[in-house]
Amino acid sequence: MKKLLLIGMLLIFATGSSFAEYRLGALFSTTGPASFLGMPEKQTLEMLVEKTNKNGGINGEKIELFMYDTRGVDAEARKKFIRLVKRDNVNAVIGPTRSGSTLAIKDLAEKFQVPLLSCASSDKIINPLNKYVFKVAPSDKHAVRKIYFYLKTKGMENIAILTAQNGFGDSGRDALLSEAEKMGLNIVADEKFRDNDRDMTSQLTKISERNPDAVICWGVGPAPAIVAKNFKQLQIEAELIMSHGVASKKFIELAGDAAEGIILPAGRLLVAEKLPDSSKFKSMLVDYKNEYESTFGESVSTFGGHAYDAFMIIKKALLTAGKDKEKLIKSMEEITDYIGTYGIFNFSKKDHNGLDKDAFILIEIRNGDWELLES
Amino acid sequence: MKKINYLFLFTILLILVLTKLLIKNEYYLSIVIFGLFNAINASCFNILLGYTGIISLGQGAFYGIGAYCAVITAASYGISPSIAILMASFFSGILAFVVGYPTLRLHGHYLAMATLGFGMIIYVFMNEMAFLTGGPSGFLDINKFTLLGMSIYGESEFYIFVASMFFVFVVMFELFDKSFLAYKLKFIKESEFASKSFGINIFRTKLLTFSLVAAITAFNGGVYAYYAGFISPVSFNFHYSIQLLTMAIVGGVGSVSGGIVGAAILTALPEFMTAIEDYEMVLYGLFLAVTIIFLPEGLSGLFKKIVGKNASN
Repeated sequence: MKKLLLIGMLLIFATGSSFAEYRLGALFSTTGPASFLGMPEKQTLEMLVEKTNKNGGINGEKIELFMYDTRGVDAEARKKFIRLVKRDNVNAVIGPTRSGSTLAIKDLAEKFQVPLLSCASSDKIINPLNKYVFKVAPSDKHAVRKIYFYLKTKGMENIAILTAQNGFGDSGRDALLSEAEKMGLNIVADEKFRDNDRDMTSQLTKISERNPDAVICWGVGPAPAIVAKNFKQLQIEAELIMSHGVASKKFIELAGDAAEGIILPAGRLLVAEKLPDSSKFKSMLVDYKNEYESTFGESVSTFGGHAYDAFMIIKKALLTAGKDKEKLIKSMEEITDYIGTYGIFNFSKKDHNGLDKDAFILIEIRNGDWELLES
Repeated sequence: MKKINYLFLFTILLILVLTKLLIKNEYYLSIVIFGLFNAINASCFNILLGYTGIISLGQGAFYGIGAYCAVITAASYGISPSIAILMASFFSGILAFVVGYPTLRLHGHYLAMATLGFGMIIYVFMNEMAFLTGGPSGFLDINKFTLLGMSIYGESEFYIFVASMFFVFVVMFELFDKSFLAYKLKFIKESEFASKSFGINIFRTKLLTFSLVAAITAFNGGVYAYYAGFISPVSFNFHYSIQLLTMAIVGGVGSVSGGIVGAAILTALPEFMTAIEDYEMVLYGLFLAVTIIFLPEGLSGLFKKIVGKNASN
C-alpha cells in the first residue's frame, strides 16, 4: 500500500512540467451537440502543434498544448478555463467553440489577463470590446449580408427564417432581422427549433402557409439536416438557404439527397481546389486541406479553419512578442494582411475580429459536393 | 428521537476551514465552490426524494428561476444583489406553491412527468423571453455582488461566502433531520394511508416542503449567478435536474450526508479524469453502475457501515 502511495506521489510530481516552453491552452466542444464543430478544431490544432514542434518550435521553444472538452456547457467552459489559467499556467487560450461558452468566460479573461482567441461567431464576443478577447470566426452579419445580397439580385423579397435556440441561432436571428430591415426585405415567418428536436414539420408547415420565396435556416449540428429532410418531404416551393453552421461534409451525409440544391455562405476552404488560380488563398487552403485529410482520413471543415487561423495568429504574435501577455496582445493587434482560411485579417486596437463580409462566398450543394456559386 | 450529530457538523466545518487555509490555487477553489453549490442542490433534492418521496425533475428550473430573477431584478431596478436574491427565493417559493398545488396530488411516475414538464416549460421561457432573459445567448449584465456594503468578487472571497452559506444550510439540514418534521415526512413516504389515519395532512405537509425546498434552491441559484457572472438557459436544463438525481442516489438518499457526499464525488471525479480523456465517459458510467448496483444505500451508507463495524468491534 505504501509503495503504491509513493508511486502515486512520484507520478503527480513528475507531471508538473517545466515552464521553459510556450504553454497553449485550448477549449473545444468535442462532445455534445456542437461536437462536429469542436472535433475538427481539436484535430487541426493537434496537427499544427505537432508540426511546429517537429520543425523546432517557436523561437526554438517547444509548444505544450493543454486541451479540454467543454461539452458545449457554459459552466464547464468556465471551470476548464480557470483550470488552464491557474493550474496549467498557459500563455494564451484558443476557443471555446460556442458563443455562449465564450461569453461565459469573457470577464474571466480580463480578470486573469489571458489572451483568448475565440472560435465562435457571436458579435457580443468583441462588442463591447474586451482588451484580452479576440475572435477569429467571422460575424453573422457578414454571412447574412452575403445571403441577402444574393436574394436581392434574384428578386426574392419574402423571406421566412427558422433559427436554432442556442447562442449561434439566436445571434443569427438578430442579424437576419436587423439586416432585413436595412435591405428592405420582408420577414414573413419567424420560427425556431431546439438543438435536439427530431422533427421540424410543424415549424415548416407554418412557414409554407406564408408562401415565402426563400427559407433561411440558421443552426448547427444535426438539426439543420432534419430541416432539410422535412423541407423535401413537405415539397415546399421555395429556395432553402442554410447558414455557415452546416459547412461540413457531415451535414451532406446526414441530409443525404435532401441536401441537393441548398445554398449557403461559407469559407473558401470548402472549395479550395475550385478557386481560380489567381486567388491568393488557394495555395494555403489546398495545403491545409491536403494535410488535414491525409492525417485524419476525413473531409476538412471550415471550423477546423478557425483553429488554424487562431493558431497561426498566436504563433505570429509569439514569434515577435514572446510570452509577455501585454506585448502579446499588442502584437496581435498589430497583425494586418494575414491571409487566413476565412479571409484577410486586419486587426487593430479597436477591431479584434479583423474580418469583413468578403470572408464568405456562396456555395451550392450539387451531387453531394460543394460548388462555387459565385466568386 | 436521535441526538444531533455534533461530530458530523464539526467535521464539515473543519473541512471547510482547512480547504480555505490549504488551497490557494483558484482553480481548485472554483471546483470546491461548484461542489458546494451542487451539494446544496443535491441535498434539497434528497429532502424531496429521500424523506418525502417526491420525485421532482424540475429542481434545475427552480435553480434557474432563482438565478435569473436575482440578476434581472438587480439589473433593471437597481436593487442590491443580496435583497434581489432573497426576493428571487421568495418568488420561487410562491411559484413552487402554485405549481405544487395541482401536481403534488399525483404520485410516482405521474409526479415525475409533471415536474419534468414544468422544468421544460421554464426552460422554454428562459429561451423565449429574450427581452428579459437575453434568450439563448445568455444574460451578460450581471452586477458585482455586494453584501452589507462589502463587494465580493473572485474565487477566494466567494469561497468564504459560499462556504458559510453551505455550513448554515448543513446545520439547518441536520436540525431538520433530527426534528419531528423529518419523521413525519418519512412516515408519509412509508405509507400515505397509515399517516393519513394518524391525522397527518399529507398534502399540506408535502406542499410546504416542496415550496421551502424550491426557495432554498432558488437562493442558491441567485448566489451562483453572481458567482458565475454569466448565465444562460443551458445551465438549468433537464440535464442538470438529472445530475442532481444522480448525485443524491450515488451519495445515498434519505440522509444528511448523502447529497453532500454524492455532489462532492461527482463534481470532483470528472476533473480528475480529464487527464484520461478518451476513457472518461466509460469510467464515469462504470462508477455510476457499480455504486447503484452494489451500494443501494449509496456511498454514505457504505461509510456508515464501515464506521459502524469498527465501533461494534
